[in-house]
Amino acid sequence: MAENKTELQPIPGLPHVKAPSAPQVKTRILTAESVAEIQKKMVQYPVRKSAVLPSLTVAYRQVGYLNAEIYAELSAITEIPAKQLAEAATFYTLFPKKPRGKYLIMVCDNISCALCGADNLLRYLEEKLGIKVGETTQDNLFTLQIAECLAGCSSAPMMQVNHDYHENLTRAKVDALIEGWRKDG
Amino acid sequence: MAEHKLLLKYTDDPKHKHVDGYVAHGGYTAWRKVLSSMTPDQVITEVKASGLRGRGGAGFPTGLKWSFVPKDSPKPRYLVCNADESEPGTCKDRVLLECDPHSVIEGMAIGAFAIGSHLAFNYIRGEFDFPIAVFEKAVEEAYAAGHLGKNIYGSGYDLDVVTQTGGGAYICGEETALLQSLAGNRGMSQMKPPFPAVEGLYGCPTIVNNVETLAVVPHLINNGGEWYTMFGTEKSKGTKLFSLSGHINRPGNYEVEMGTTLRYLIEELGGGIPDGRKIKAIIPGGASCPFMTPDQLDTPLDYESIAEAGSMLGSGACIVLDERTDIVWTTYKLIKFFKHESCGKCTPCREGTKWLTQLVERILNGEGEESDIDKIDNICHNILGRTICPLGDAAAMPVISAVQRFRQDFVDRIKAKNVLPMEQFPFN
Ligand SMILES: Cc1cc2nc3c(=O)[nH]c(=O)nc-3n(C[C@H](O)[C@H](O)[C@H](O)COP(=O)(O)O)c2cc1C
Ligand code: SF4
Ligand code: FES
Repeated sequence: MAENKTELQPIPGLPHVKAPSAPQVKTRILTAESVAEIQKKMVQYPVRKSAVLPSLTVAYRQVGYLNAEIYAELSAITEIPAKQLAEAATFYTLFPKKPRGKYLIMVCDNISCALCGADNLLRYLEEKLGIKVGETTQDNLFTLQIAECLAGCSSAPMMQVNHDYHENLTRAKVDALIEGWRKDG
Repeated sequence: MAEHKLLLKYTDDPKHKHVDGYVAHGGYTAWRKVLSSMTPDQVITEVKASGLRGRGGAGFPTGLKWSFVPKDSPKPRYLVCNADESEPGTCKDRVLLECDPHSVIEGMAIGAFAIGSHLAFNYIRGEFDFPIAVFEKAVEEAYAAGHLGKNIYGSGYDLDVVTQTGGGAYICGEETALLQSLAGNRGMSQMKPPFPAVEGLYGCPTIVNNVETLAVVPHLINNGGEWYTMFGTEKSKGTKLFSLSGHINRPGNYEVEMGTTLRYLIEELGGGIPDGRKIKAIIPGGASCPFMTPDQLDTPLDYESIAEAGSMLGSGACIVLDERTDIVWTTYKLIKFFKHESCGKCTPCREGTKWLTQLVERILNGEGEESDIDKIDNICHNILGRTICPLGDAAAMPVISAVQRFRQDFVDRIKAKNVLPMEQFPFN
């Protein structure tokens, strides 16, 4: 696929990003795969700064959260100032800024889900996990949070756990899921 | 007028999401036809003739929008597919991304050609891990099969498609905010004009279209724009996806001809309300649309008729509320979303959504006063039309309709002087 990509058209008045500078950066947190993935994404844009969101996304998918050290590593890879990366990261709610439990449970409590019992689903999870919304279990396994609409409205109630959607939830389904995660640890 | 599957025809076929399955169903014939025998102007003419209007919410004529891209600009142009789908109630674009990604790619390709773009982006909301993976795989397949890349079908036309993932902000669905986000900035809306078609991404001419809008486009090329006008009403052409949710027996995504009645969607396709309950209210187009009432069930689902009924077709997210539903509670659910998603740039939107949330919360907690109802209405009218982007209006409109059409719910709540729990509906 890469060899079939076309040359990016230069934009009059803007510095043209031609090839990746792909510096050999040393990273402590980000893996070599993450670095390679970011470098691959960077060259898709005629303007380097467009790599802000993609690089934050790659880092967050690997690490689970973002912090100053990660911004610094991303900055070394992308040559985008760490300040700009941090500024963008704070705007977007997708990126946690501190470590969470192994399973981040996001329950949508917006209108369509709420009509189908999402608020009681939240209470049920609180009871089951022994934590309140916003908290993490002592064993660091689960963090429970509220999400805004996740576009699963026609299969409500629903939740996102890490990168997976779980829809048309019932007590029995939630029980089975939690049990499975507890087993996996 | 009834159910008619144009976009959802093959979405149940698991092979269709792959390039071979898509091609077996006639996929990429439109793209070939465009590159082998059409000029950009001819493409725009077909799309104009079809009467297709944007499916992202505003309903702006698609062909007309494409024609706004200046022909003589020395700058590169960009086509951006808006897959940020985040308006509560809306889950239709997700189906297309997951089950028919190549139709989106083909639509993007044709749109890009029409405006002379060689780089197209699909901005997909970041939570959509699965749809993103399916779409990225489809793009890879499309390159491998020669539908994208250099010198496509030997025509000399080059096109790249890049998937961009969002960061979890509803406001990035608004086109100017989306383009800011795509450029690597915070996703804040910008004043229009200049419109993106003239000055968009990186200051270059850019067209932003919804996923569903673009998925229609290959059909217009294959069958001719005129053909599309067979479906729908005089001013609202074609078919439209509706996400049916809330108190309904068969929630899901349905495709109907424009002009099909709300009753048909809810009763025939959705199977009516569980346990024979009565309908209290309907939000026909997503969380930003005013409430409709059960006496309006015979309203045809098209832009004009829904507007006449005092609401909006919006994104086609039809949310059904049965007789158990308290409208003050519903209002809280709606407004807290907009408060959370306001980007904070304009005071009326930032402060207004905060005050509204506090006022409605107070009423729910049994601490409201009757004067609060007029206060709510007043705040809404101070938001309307006083903001940079339409999110402010989107927040105010359903609230205005709540206090106007369901004033009694507010009065009753205030008189009751007790707390209405947030947990209104059972979870079994
Ligand atoms: C707050 C806000 C959120 C929006 N979210 C979306 C969205 O998620 N998807 C979308 O296609 N359009 C959304 N829109 C509309 C876009 O600004 C734009 O009009 C649309 O993508 C144009 O595509 P269309 O002409 O094909 O409808 C939103 C608008 C506003 C004001
Ligand atoms: S209306 Fe609201 S969301 Fe839109 S620009 Fe203003 S503050 Fe931001
Ligand atoms: S309202 Fe819960 S996913 Fe849309």
